[in-house]
Amino acid sequence: MKWYALIHIGLGLVGSPLLLGIMNRVKAFFAGRRGPALVQPYYDLWKLLRKGNVYSRTTTWIFTTGPMLGLAAVLTALTLMPFGGISALISFKGDLILFVYLLGITRFFTVLAGLDTGSSLEGMGASREVQFSALVEPALLLGLTALALETRCLSLSVIYRQMTTIIHPSIISVVLLVMVAFFFIFLTENARIPVDDPNTHLELTMVHEVMVLDHSGIDLAIIQYTAALKHWIFGLLIAGLAVPIHTGEFWLDTVGVLGGIFIVAVLVGVVESTLARFRLIHIPKMLVAASVLSVLAMILVEVSK
Amino acid sequence: MDFFTLTIPWSFPGGSFSIGLDALSVFFLIPLFIISSLCVFYGWEYLKHDTKNKSLSVTWFFYALLVFSMALVFMARNAILFLIAWELMAVSSFFLVMFEGEKAETTFAGWIYLVATHLGTAFLLVMFVILGNLAGSLEFNAFSNIDRFNPSLAGLIFILAVIGFGAKAGIVPFHVWLPEAHPAAPSHVSALMSGIMIKTGIYGLLRILTYLGQPPLWWGGLLIGSGLVSGVLGILLALSQHDIKRLLAYSSVENIGLICVGLGIGMLGQNTGMQTLMFLGYAGALLHIFNHSLFKSLLFLGAGAVAHAAGTKRMDFLGGFLKKMPWTAGTFLIGAIAICGLPPLNGFVSEFFIYWGSLEGLMARSHYLVGLFVIIIGAGALIGGLAVACFIKTFGIVFLGESRKPALKEIREITWLMRLPMILLAILCLAVGICSPWLLKMLRPVLEIVMAQAADDMSLLFSKATEALSMITNYAVILLLLFLGIFFLRRWAVKNRPIAAGETWACGYLHPSARMQYTASLFTQPLTMLFRNVLFFRQYKVLKGKFFPQEGSFKSETHDPAGYIYQPPFILFKIIAHRLRLIQHGNLHLYILYIVITLIVLLIWKVGFGL
Repeated sequence: MKWYALIHIGLGLVGSPLLLGIMNRVKAFFAGRRGPALVQPYYDLWKLLRKGNVYSRTTTWIFTTGPMLGLAAVLTALTLMPFGGISALISFKGDLILFVYLLGITRFFTVLAGLDTGSSLEGMGASREVQFSALVEPALLLGLTALALETRCLSLSVIYRQMTTIIHPSIISVVLLVMVAFFFIFLTENARIPVDDPNTHLELTMVHEVMVLDHSGIDLAIIQYTAALKHWIFGLLIAGLAVPIHTGEFWLDTVGVLGGIFIVAVLVGVVESTLARFRLIHIPKMLVAASVLSVLAMILVEVSK
Repeated sequence: MDFFTLTIPWSFPGGSFSIGLDALSVFFLIPLFIISSLCVFYGWEYLKHDTKNKSLSVTWFFYALLVFSMALVFMARNAILFLIAWELMAVSSFFLVMFEGEKAETTFAGWIYLVATHLGTAFLLVMFVILGNLAGSLEFNAFSNIDRFNPSLAGLIFILAVIGFGAKAGIVPFHVWLPEAHPAAPSHVSALMSGIMIKTGIYGLLRILTYLGQPPLWWGGLLIGSGLVSGVLGILLALSQHDIKRLLAYSSVENIGLICVGLGIGMLGQNTGMQTLMFLGYAGALLHIFNHSLFKSLLFLGAGAVAHAAGTKRMDFLGGFLKKMPWTAGTFLIGAIAICGLPPLNGFVSEFFIYWGSLEGLMARSHYLVGLFVIIIGAGALIGGLAVACFIKTFGIVFLGESRKPALKEIREITWLMRLPMILLAILCLAVGICSPWLLKMLRPVLEIVMAQAADDMSLLFSKATEALSMITNYAVILLLLFLGIFFLRRWAVKNRPIAAGETWACGYLHPSARMQYTASLFTQPLTMLFRNVLFFRQYKVLKGKFFPQEGSFKSETHDPAGYIYQPPFILFKIIAHRLRLIQHGNLHLYILYIVITLIVLLIWKVGFGL
C-alpha cells in the first residue's frame, strides 16, 4: 500500500476549497477590495450542510442522485491522479482513459440533474455545458496523449514521474504547450472566466451556475465540493508538469507541487481579473486551440525522435 | 477448427448444404439467441394493441424466419447457402419493416431498405464469384486453401466485401437505409435489426478476412478511415434528430464506425507485427459488437415503450416520462450510460480497448502511423463527447422535466412482460461491465480465429489485458461503494432537516408552463450550429410585425449529407427508366410479340453461330 498517496488524497479532500478562496482573494486584490477570508468556501460548505432543502415539484430521484454520483466519480478520479512525480494510489496501463471517462460521469450526471427541473434556464445551461464538454474531451485526451507519446508510457503516474524538465531540458517546449492546453481546459471545465463567470447574477449569461440553480442545502454543498475537487484535479494536471524537478524527498516534492497548485489558482485569479468573458461562439475556438497545441506538441516529439 | 460440421449434397449448382459451428459463429449466435428470445416477450405485448384487421401470425412467421436466416448466415459454410440465407434475412426483415405498410412513410422506408440491401448483395455476389473462381469451389473450406492471392485481386475482394457487407452494417455512406427502416419497424424488430442484423455485415467481413491472409496496410487504413467518418457523422446526425428511433438508428451508424476502427487497428497491428495493437484492436471490436447488441436493443425497446405509450416518436412532444414510467426510464438510463462508454457499464470496456490500442500505436516507428493513431484518439474523444451530449439530450428531454403535450398526461407504465426483457438487458449491461475479465477469457477462441496465425504469445497478451480489465472492475466496485457511502451519509445528514416543495425557479416568474422548457432541437442547437456545414443545417424564420410582433414561426432542419451522394445517380436512373416506359404499354399482345421476337432472335443466334 502506498501510504503516502493516501496523504495526497487527504490533502486534496481538505485543501481543494482553499483554491476557490485563493482565487477570490486574488480577484479582490485586483478590484481594490479586501475580499472574503481564504477559508470562506469552507464556511459556505458548512452553512449549506446545515440547511434544509427545497425541491421543485418537477424533480425526481435524478435530481439528488446526480450530484452524489458526480462526487463519487470525482473522488475515484482523484485516486488515479499522481501528485507531481509521486505515484497515485493506484496506477495501471491505460489508466488515463479511465481518468478522462470518470470525469465524464460527473459531467453526465450534473447535466442530467439540471435538466430534471424542467426549467428553460437550466436547459440552456445544460445545452452550453455539453457543447463545451464535447470539445473538452478531445483536448484533454490529446494533451494526455502528447505526454504519453513523449514518455512512451500509458499510465498517469509513470508519465508524470518522467516529466522533469531540468533533467530532460529537451522536453520543455512540449511541456509548455501541453501546460497551456491544460490551462484552457482548467478554465472551461471549472467554469471560470473567460468561459463562464462564477459570480454573474443574470441567469441568461450563466453556464455552469445556472444548471444548479434549483439545488439547495446539502445537494448544493455536494455540487460545490465536487467543483472544488475538480479544480484540485485539473490544478494537479498542470502543477505536475510545472514543477521542474523531483527530488525524491517525499515532503519536499509534496510542498513543491502544493505550491504549484496554489500558483495555478493565483494565475486563474489574475486571468479572471484582467480578462472579460468571451462571446459564447468564441469558446469552441479556444477549445480547438487547446487541441491544436497538443497536436503541435506531438509533432515536436515526433520530429525530435 | 469447427466444433461441428454438416454437409449434405444439394441439387443447386455449385452448392451443398454445408453448415459449421466455430467460435466465431458461436460468438455471434449467443447475442442473437439472447436478444431474439427477449424481443419475443416484448413484441407479444407490443403488437397486441395493433391487432385490428391485421394477422399477427404473418409477422411472427417473418420474425421466426428472420431469426432462422440470421442463424443460418452465421453457420453457412458454402457461398450459395450463405447468399440464400442472406437474401432470406433481407426479405423477412423487409416484411417486418412493412408491418405498418398502410402508412406512406413506412412504405417509403421499406423500399429504401429493399433497394439498399440488394445493391449490397450484388457486390457480395461478385465477390463470391471471384473467390469461387480462385478456389475452384464455393465451399468456404476451399477458400482457406487458396495459398497465394494476387495482391490486387485480394484488394478487390476486400473492397467488394467492405461495400457489400458495409451496406448491411451501415458504414457511411451506405448507411442511408438505417435511419429509414429502424424507425418504421415495430420496436422489437428494430431492436433485433439494430442489435444483431447489422452485425451480420461485420460477421461477413470478419469471415472473409480470415481467408484473405495477411492484410496490407491500406486495408486497415481504409477501415479506420471509414469507421471514423461513420462515427463522427453518425453521432452528429443522431444529435440533430427529433425522432427518438431515428436518433438511435444514427447512433448505430456511429457504433458500427467504432467497431470498424477497432478492426482497422487490429489489421494495422497484424501488418506491422505489433502484437499488442492487433490484440487490443480485435478484442475491442469484438467486445463492442457484443456490448452494442445489448445496449442498443435495450434502448430501442425503451424508446418503443415510450413511443407506444405516447403515440408519438417526436421528442419535442415528450417529457416527464420518468415519473410515469419509472422502470422504462431506469433501464433506458442504464442503456444511455452504457452507450456513452462511461464506466462502470459495458460500453466503457470496449471503448477502453480501442483507445488503449490507439495509445499503443503511438509506439509505432512510422510517423504516418503515429499521426493516424493521434487522429483516432482525437476523433474518438470527439465521438465520445458528442455521444454524451446526444444521450443526455435523449434522456433529459424524454424522461425528465414535464410533459410538453398536455394530452400526454394519462400514461401508464408498460406491463411486466415488456418490462422484463429490458430489465434483463440492463442487468447484462452492468454484469458485462463488472465481469469483463471473465468475458475476455471466453473471447479467446474467437480471437484465435480472427488473429489467425499471427499470435505467438497469446497468453502474455491475455494476462496483460486481463490485468487492466480487473483494475477497471476494481474501479467499478470502488465507484459504486463510494456512491453508496455518499448516499447513506447524505441520508443520515438530512434526517432531521426541513424539506420543502416548490416550483422550479424561473427567474422570478411564477407561472412557468411545460411549453417553456428547452426542446430537443434547442438543446443541441449550439452543436448543430458548430457543425452546420456538415449537417446542412437550415433554419426558416417568419417574423411578422416590426414593433408589435404577431404570430410567427420558426423551423430548423438538418440533412444527411449522404443523401446528396445518391441523388444524382438515382435521378439519372429514373430518367432512363422513364424512357424505357416506351416499351411498357400494358398491352398483352405486345408482350407476346416481345416473347416471340426474343425466341426468334435466340433461334437465329443458336442456329447461325452453332454451325
